[in-house]
Amino acid sequence: MSWKSLQATLADNGYIASDELAMAVHLSVSLQRPLLLEGAAGVGKTEVAKKLAALNGTKLIRLQCYEGLDASTTIYEWNYQKQLLSVQAGKGDADTERLEQRIFSDQYLLKRPLLEAITQDKPPVLLIDEIDRADEEFEAYLLEILSDFQVSIPEIGTITATSYPLVVLTSNGSRDLSDALRRRCLYTYVEYPDAKTELAILQRHLPDIDASLAEQIVSFVQLLRKEELEKKPGVAEMLDWTAAIAGLGIAKLSDNPVELQATLVCLLKTQADHYNIPREITERLVGQAVP
Amino acid sequence: MKATQFPASASGVTERVTGFMAHLRDNGLPLGVAETTKTLQSFQHIDITDQHQVRLAFKVICTGHHDSYSQFDDLFDSYWFNHGRERSAIAQTPNQSRQNNHSRFQPGVDSTRSSSDDGEAEQPDGDSSDSEASASGEGRLIASKTTNIEKTDFRELMTPESLQQAEAVALKLARAIRDKRSRRQRAAVRGAKLDLRKTIRASISHGGVPFDLYRRNKPDRPVKIVALLDVSGSMTVYARVFLSFLKGLITHDTQTDAYLFHTSLVRISDALRDHDTFRAINRLSLMAQGFGGGTKIGSNIKTFNQQYAARTVNGRSVVIILSDGYDTDPPELMACELKKLKKRNCRIIWLNPLKGWKDYAPVARGMAAALPHLNHFAAANTLESLAALEPHLKRL
Repeated sequence: MSWKSLQATLADNGYIASDELAMAVHLSVSLQRPLLLEGAAGVGKTEVAKKLAALNGTKLIRLQCYEGLDASTTIYEWNYQKQLLSVQAGKGDADTERLEQRIFSDQYLLKRPLLEAITQDKPPVLLIDEIDRADEEFEAYLLEILSDFQVSIPEIGTITATSYPLVVLTSNGSRDLSDALRRRCLYTYVEYPDAKTELAILQRHLPDIDASLAEQIVSFVQLLRKEELEKKPGVAEMLDWTAAIAGLGIAKLSDNPVELQATLVCLLKTQADHYNIPREITERLVGQAVP
Repeated sequence: MKATQFPASASGVTERVTGFMAHLRDNGLPLGVAETTKTLQSFQHIDITDQHQVRLAFKVICTGHHDSYSQFDDLFDSYWFNHGRERSAIAQTPNQSRQNNHSRFQPGVDSTRSSSDDGEAEQPDGDSSDSEASASGEGRLIASKTTNIEKTDFRELMTPESLQQAEAVALKLARAIRDKRSRRQRAAVRGAKLDLRKTIRASISHGGVPFDLYRRNKPDRPVKIVALLDVSGSMTVYARVFLSFLKGLITHDTQTDAYLFHTSLVRISDALRDHDTFRAINRLSLMAQGFGGGTKIGSNIKTFNQQYAARTVNGRSVVIILSDGYDTDPPELMACELKKLKKRNCRIIWLNPLKGWKDYAPVARGMAAALPHLNHFAAANTLESLAALEPHLKRL
């Protein structure tokens, strides 16, 4: 599949990808390299992985990162309760060697996302979400898996991948990632979509919306992103807002300023942002957005 | 469109690509042989006669950072299509942004580069007259306030007792900040949770009776303190007290790091570990006064970011800046550098002696620019105000 057809297929599945992103996904699939996506929250980084899984008809294995994530929650853990029972049950068995072999075998192993991802029959999509939230120790675990696709378990040995997963890492850039990790990945910075792309996204998700209203909404959101905001509204917020406006039966943004101001709860997510965008500014933006 | 004239020897794709990689490397992208191989591999999967596709493929593979990502198109054009640009001019800009982009720690390359490119050490002579002149409006204000202070609290603070007191306060603060626990767990002799893996393993030799219990606990991950002390002209009256404060922070562990800055940045951690407080402080304050002149907070934080931050600052660091915020560098520089420092996930505390004064507002442009990047902004003109920090720092 060429990158253009990949872009088209993604679009058919409801994801409008930029040229850079389409090429990155294409190369990541064909070179079997992990893909690192950076960008502000709400630009659709996670969605890429979901769509890819849907597109290939494979499993999406998701690992949400947080501080203190360690090997036992990401790679594997022994099923201790089962081991304990098994040891108790096998009390008569004098052969400790055999007992040990049994309880440290595959059936007593609990696979966590990373191990699960490399032991599938069909290559899955492995989404490592918000990698910048995890700490540096976790990045170190990840390096072994991302470069060799293998996991070493002392009791069993090395487990090599049965299939190479398509790895997508996302980061909001809240912390700098190590260079070692960056170098193993293909990189793309996902920007907020431009007006044309955003309109296409809106129409793809909410096809029933009136064309001129959709245009007003998109240009309003684009203008709003240029304001000084703590948290700029992402694509998901834009879609929520559109749904709210459609639900309230607003036909034109300039019709009812009070109601419109109330709907901004969908777009502005901090108290400071609400304070920064009073009704006057909303009206000014609407004035620019509505032809 | 003008295309680059390649030397006759560089005939094949491989050689031209290698040349391009060298060009990118010259411009500060950290690339190795692996990336060259990767790009050549990628050519099998794209149409290499299409310029756009090749550009995208290179971009995706060779960049790894927002900075390099946004500057890539220019670099690409300058190599493959000479748009009438001078090579040297292009090499200049990215080098500069590479310097901003200090997050990469490359021991070999960086040390040579920063010594040759980093003109800060040589600059002040030519620069200072101009910067002093530009800051003269604020400079006069500082001078008058300074004499005021000398009359009030300066002499009292200079007695050995109060210096010792400053040290004691610092020690308390350091303890307050340092007590942080990790969310990870490690095998430990005592602990809240059982280490089931070890316990079960050991139980086998007792026929499955978990006789020996092994435990896990959260290890202490000491928070690292990095202190940057401003010893420029306007801060000299505070220098000694703050130095004893730094000494207090530093003496009881090997992790804390301290720096002085005025027009340049000096690391003083080792000097401060001198056991004789008075000797260390006198030596350092003499050294600091020798420089005098203006303050370049912005460029000093930049130097710190470039040279030291990769080693000393991480998610478990608290950076304490002791300064009055009067800066001769443009405030944007300081804001930008603080933002970069913040990217390392550290917490930044700014202690400003002026804040303790009545009616003080952070109107100095530098201070105003820094505010949004600070976790805590507090007064530090008396020992009491330093001591009062403790509960705040505990919460950070």
